[in-house]
Amino acid sequence: MLEKALTGSKKYWAWVILLLAVIAVGFYAYMNQYNNGLGVTGMSRDVSWGLYIAQFTFLVGVAASAVMLVLPYYLHDFKKFGKMVILGEFLAIPSVIMCMLFIVVDLGQPMRILNVMLYPSLHSVMFYDMCVLIGYLLINLVVAWTTLGAERKGTPPPSWVRPIILLSIPWAVSIHTVTAFLYAGLPGRHLWLSAIMAARFLASAFAAGPAILIILCFIVRRVSKFDPDPGLGAIQSLVKIVRYAMIANVFFYVLELFTAFYSGVPEYSAPLRYIFVGLEGHTDLVPFMWTAVVLAFVGIALLIFPTRNNGKLLTVALLSIIIANWIDKGMVLIVAGFVPNSFERVVVYTPTLNEISVTLAVYAIGLLLVTILYKVAISVREEKDQ
Amino acid sequence: MYKGGKIIASLIIFVAFLSIPFFYNMGKANAGPDVNLSTPAIEALAPADQQCIEPVEFMRANHMQLLNDWRTEVVRNGKTEYINSQGKAFNMSLQDTCLSCHSTDAEKVANTGISNPAANNGMSNPTANASPEFCASCHTYTAVKPNCWSCHFEPKGALK
Amino acid sequence: MSINRRQFLRRAGMLTALGLGGTIAFTGFRKKAVVEAAGYGVKSNALKATRWAMAVDMSKFKTEDDFKRIKEACHSIHNVPDFGNPKDEIKWIWKDDYEHTFTSQHNKYLEEQLVDAPFMVLCNHCENPPCVKACPTEATFQRPSGIVAMDFHRCIGCRFCMAACPFGARSFNFRDPRSFIKDVNPEFPTRTKGVVEKCNFCEERLAEGLMPACVEASKGGLIFGDLDDPQSEVRKIISSKITIRRKPQLGTQPSIYYLVGGGDHA
Repeated sequence: MLEKALTGSKKYWAWVILLLAVIAVGFYAYMNQYNNGLGVTGMSRDVSWGLYIAQFTFLVGVAASAVMLVLPYYLHDFKKFGKMVILGEFLAIPSVIMCMLFIVVDLGQPMRILNVMLYPSLHSVMFYDMCVLIGYLLINLVVAWTTLGAERKGTPPPSWVRPIILLSIPWAVSIHTVTAFLYAGLPGRHLWLSAIMAARFLASAFAAGPAILIILCFIVRRVSKFDPDPGLGAIQSLVKIVRYAMIANVFFYVLELFTAFYSGVPEYSAPLRYIFVGLEGHTDLVPFMWTAVVLAFVGIALLIFPTRNNGKLLTVALLSIIIANWIDKGMVLIVAGFVPNSFERVVVYTPTLNEISVTLAVYAIGLLLVTILYKVAISVREEKDQ
Repeated sequence: MYKGGKIIASLIIFVAFLSIPFFYNMGKANAGPDVNLSTPAIEALAPADQQCIEPVEFMRANHMQLLNDWRTEVVRNGKTEYINSQGKAFNMSLQDTCLSCHSTDAEKVANTGISNPAANNGMSNPTANASPEFCASCHTYTAVKPNCWSCHFEPKGALK
Repeated sequence: MSINRRQFLRRAGMLTALGLGGTIAFTGFRKKAVVEAAGYGVKSNALKATRWAMAVDMSKFKTEDDFKRIKEACHSIHNVPDFGNPKDEIKWIWKDDYEHTFTSQHNKYLEEQLVDAPFMVLCNHCENPPCVKACPTEATFQRPSGIVAMDFHRCIGCRFCMAACPFGARSFNFRDPRSFIKDVNPEFPTRTKGVVEKCNFCEERLAEGLMPACVEASKGGLIFGDLDDPQSEVRKIISSKITIRRKPQLGTQPSIYYLVGGGDHA
């Protein structure tokens, strides 16, 4: 079925070539990093994780969001999602691949990455993170390819695929629970040492992921003859999920703020002060976080009021929510975890151009994969509809 | 076969391309590695002491395995002494034991550095050595680059 | 014979798997002649312990030289590079003031002398180390002697241990350190870029029967010994005098104890 990605309009190829160009630039930037060490990034002894791990954190949530389509459709026979499930799975696969790529580019000795498998450390959350990410990738690849292939032939999918599909539901929850555990289990980082870290990850994932999926559906409608939601109300159902997930996400954040500030324990409130008002004069993240706050509330408001039926406003609402989530997880959370450092000093992190180029290249790889997979899915559907 | 003619023709060209190295070197005499196992430090020892950690055949076949085992024992298990098959004890150290015999004079070294060329800081690097000394003599010939030298040094005497 | 693309790919895949699996099975059964008659041991004069620990006697730290020579002793024998900027900085032992060293014991009424005193800060070699728990390859691991050791060969540079350490004791090689080492000590290897490093309680010196370099250079300011040995000086100090440790509430059980008598007390 992959051959379907090799035929396309001029616009399709222009897009593909643009992505390849971004990838090429980023690859060159990565070679610079590989040869000269991670010193070419903005990371330091005190803020030892930065843009790369932050993107990994954000994308793990997007990857897991496929479950929001799989669960209703396969477990509860919610037929409305029928045409969209494949698009959800084909978003999850590139997201997981991007997660893995971000980990690889963040490593100081990437050639030794197999050490994680050669010397399995059952006490390390990172080991389990590797296991669940690989497992999730395999599950989605198998499920998506089999179901799409069966659909193309016009037959129902083979029966062995169903238990794997059902397995993907708890597995999706596990990938970001385990990722949240990476942070929530560290005794010295008080921004992350929270019982509801995994719950926050789930809430933000189920807000951002389906929102991205809906935007992609709009794009699919624009560029092809395939309509993933021909008046079935699937998109509206997803909007409901996004709305309540985002409300839950904001609510959880408020809970964190209350515990930190009402209890008054300085170690718990210091990182939050850095994020929202600045610490010791350093206010780097403050404008970004408040933008996220405003966008979050704007997004929720637009989704609650009947304006959600207006296509343009819906797009604005969804983009607000995606950007707010990205700022929170893909920008603030990881960096602020290291502020203040173990000596209660503030060290500022600024990503370098090299770092940003590599990041954009990984995103471009993900987008390219989404493009290819969606092209395949759309072509199969278009073929069938003729 | 669909488009069989083109496929078979392409396959033939591909195989021909792939086997160019064989045909290019056919009939040419290849000088093997110029290995001189005797360094001044070894010559200076009494004949009875000249055997390496283990007998030559064993070392030839298994020196990397030995080094790996030494690394595990020293770094991970905290051991420092190796008792060989004849009961003799050695300090398990690449720098202090192996290289005390198997190393070059600093003056002879051409600093053509395989690993860390720019950052060698004038220090001699056995693997970079053009003369037929250890480890470079075989490893450059076989193009198997040991990456020990990005961290480990040779003994103080060689640094001048 | 007509065969479609899917069948061809399937058969090629199966042949490859068979070939790979076959070679693995074949070579796996052929036992590699490993080390002969192997025996491993330690030197007879090696120092042994089950719980290495250190007491820092702050009364001995009066002048700038007191802490400078300690840092110099450690960093010079271990080839610790000096990159010249705090971003890429690597340090195994250094000094910090009271407020920043003991973040869980702020005391705004503490006398000037103690507030500015140079507290030696290094890896605490915790009894319950979160960094060891975090490491996905066991490149950092705990020895039976209590030392938290680093295996630079295995480290993949993920820096999870750096995030896990509550004491900021670990440094990462953001660049190749070789050209930044002032005076190379050829008896100890350097590290390469992309691995994490930290104080190793001078394990290589303990194996030769020597005290750690910082202890030797401290002229009595650092007392090193086995906490499980009731006769060791460090055990005597810690059981009889009041000492403080960094962030004790986190449960990591650090092994560095600070004797902060203040005023006339040692």
